[in-house]
Amino acid sequence: MFWQQFWQQLVNGVTLGSTYALIALGYTMVYGIIQLINFAHGEVYMIGAFTGLIMVTVYKVNFMVAILAAMLVCIPLAILIERVAYRPLRRSTRLAPLISALGVSIFLQTLITLIKGGPNPLAFPQVIQDTVYVLGPVRFSTVQVLILVMASLLMVFLQFTVKYTRIGKAMRATSEDYETASLMGINVNRVVSFTFAVGAALAGAGGVLVGMYFNSIHPFMGVSVGLKSFCAAVVGGIGSIPGAMLGGIFLGIAEVMGVAAGFDTYKEAIAFGFLILVLLFKPTGLLGLPIQRKV
Amino acid sequence: MEAFVNVLTNPYYVQVATMMGIFLIAALGLHLITGVTGQFSFGHAAFLSIGAYSSALMTIHLHTPFILNMLAGGLMAALWGVLLGFPSLRLTGDYLGITTLGFGEIVRVVFINMKITGGAGGLGGIPRETNILIVYIVVALTIWGLYRIQNSRFGRALAAIREDEIAAESMGINPLLYKIQGFALGTFFAGISGSLFAHMMQYLNPADFGFARSFEILNYVVLGGLGSIPGAILGTAVLSLAPEFLRFVQEYRMLIYGALMVLMMIFRPHGLLGGVDFARLYKKIKNKRKSVESNNAEGI
Repeated sequence: MFWQQFWQQLVNGVTLGSTYALIALGYTMVYGIIQLINFAHGEVYMIGAFTGLIMVTVYKVNFMVAILAAMLVCIPLAILIERVAYRPLRRSTRLAPLISALGVSIFLQTLITLIKGGPNPLAFPQVIQDTVYVLGPVRFSTVQVLILVMASLLMVFLQFTVKYTRIGKAMRATSEDYETASLMGINVNRVVSFTFAVGAALAGAGGVLVGMYFNSIHPFMGVSVGLKSFCAAVVGGIGSIPGAMLGGIFLGIAEVMGVAAGFDTYKEAIAFGFLILVLLFKPTGLLGLPIQRKV
Repeated sequence: MEAFVNVLTNPYYVQVATMMGIFLIAALGLHLITGVTGQFSFGHAAFLSIGAYSSALMTIHLHTPFILNMLAGGLMAALWGVLLGFPSLRLTGDYLGITTLGFGEIVRVVFINMKITGGAGGLGGIPRETNILIVYIVVALTIWGLYRIQNSRFGRALAAIREDEIAAESMGINPLLYKIQGFALGTFFAGISGSLFAHMMQYLNPADFGFARSFEILNYVVLGGLGSIPGAILGTAVLSLAPEFLRFVQEYRMLIYGALMVLMMIFRPHGLLGGVDFARLYKKIKNKRKSVESNNAEGI
């Protein structure tokens, strides 16, 4: 009985964790390149979820088209946010772009609340036939399978882009050393825009998948998920792409297991507890490189 | 004259001014941590809540005098500041910010789960002890204290850590020790501010002390101008009054507020008074006047 429960919760944890991982990738890539905690990333994810909802309810499209549409809406949005709110501040103090990001986040939350006409949640319709697959002791729902497959596909695609394409090489060079990369003829502004675009596409897809999984979305959904995904990025080692995936899945499992073990009222604190523990013992996260102190 | 007295005694204006004073104390505490010592803290609201709850519980259960409870609230917050600071102030920059953010969320969730704090329903029945006079006496004491701290050997050590930690270390300053002391002082002011808040609102809810509140206080300090006491005061005044002045736009209020944050940062990335030193400015004006006077004297 215990083991059956354990495996089931593990599957649920990995499902939740892979949605965190999808969003965490956006945080980690942006941080890796311009050392900015992009607090507006959670709102990009929220807008992705709303785009998906509009697509399936108003235009009655297939959920795959909805996911694609969410990605296509989020990409220009994130590029616009970077242009307007972060690029003018790239050479100023560390806190200025952070405050600017928070401003964007408040702006977008309010904007969607106004358009929607109130902060209360909207139901996400059931867009795919829900059948339950049984594999040994574990039961998968269709949405869970879809999330796991989509998340792995997107992550493999991302890993491929970063490792084997020209722009991926430019991304790695820029995150290694921004100044030197620009001296080597890399158009760093294009790399930054591209990074925001990739992160936003993943977050948009994540938004629709989470909407389908929990059947409910609201204008402030980006705050809590954004913070937790950000924790995931830091736990894994911020700036590291495999780290974000690992951290996301790790925190997803921790949260689901914690709730199953009876700490459900502490649900929102589990991710942060792990974050602090990991940072105290390994200050740069599980897969992060040590920080060098330079004089 | 009568209109002026009416404005001064209008309960709504008095309430707004009192709340501004309360948050100013918290902002000045964060000014010491972020502005003077250069350490990020994204969990300042947690220390407000620790001070608020401990002083409120003392008032309700122990019936001790308010001034004692307020100090106890401040000390309790400072104690937790040291407990958090000791392991986490070894981290730098964003990592410290994230740890404090996590701490803030954990404190909020713990207060929701505790029995004695009334949980998510909140803690009511706190007697009203705070008034505008007490708040502004504390504000004045805080500002005076901070000027004394900043112009002392200790304050200069904190500023040295902000400018260059390694250089400060090689000058014989123990950064961790000074950072913890600075953090403890900053969180002490947060606790005092929380105590005043509790005895003003007469009701506490953990939801009031989420990370949004922490960032609001950080906004006050950064938008005013990091490292400047007049900046922190101006930032708090502008930003705590802005939502009141923006009431006429009603539901567009937060939309404008968010856009203003972005615009202010783009046009004044160092804050409203960032890099403005009033003492130096005053001296400059005085010198100019003197030189004009002496020029005039020479002219005769």
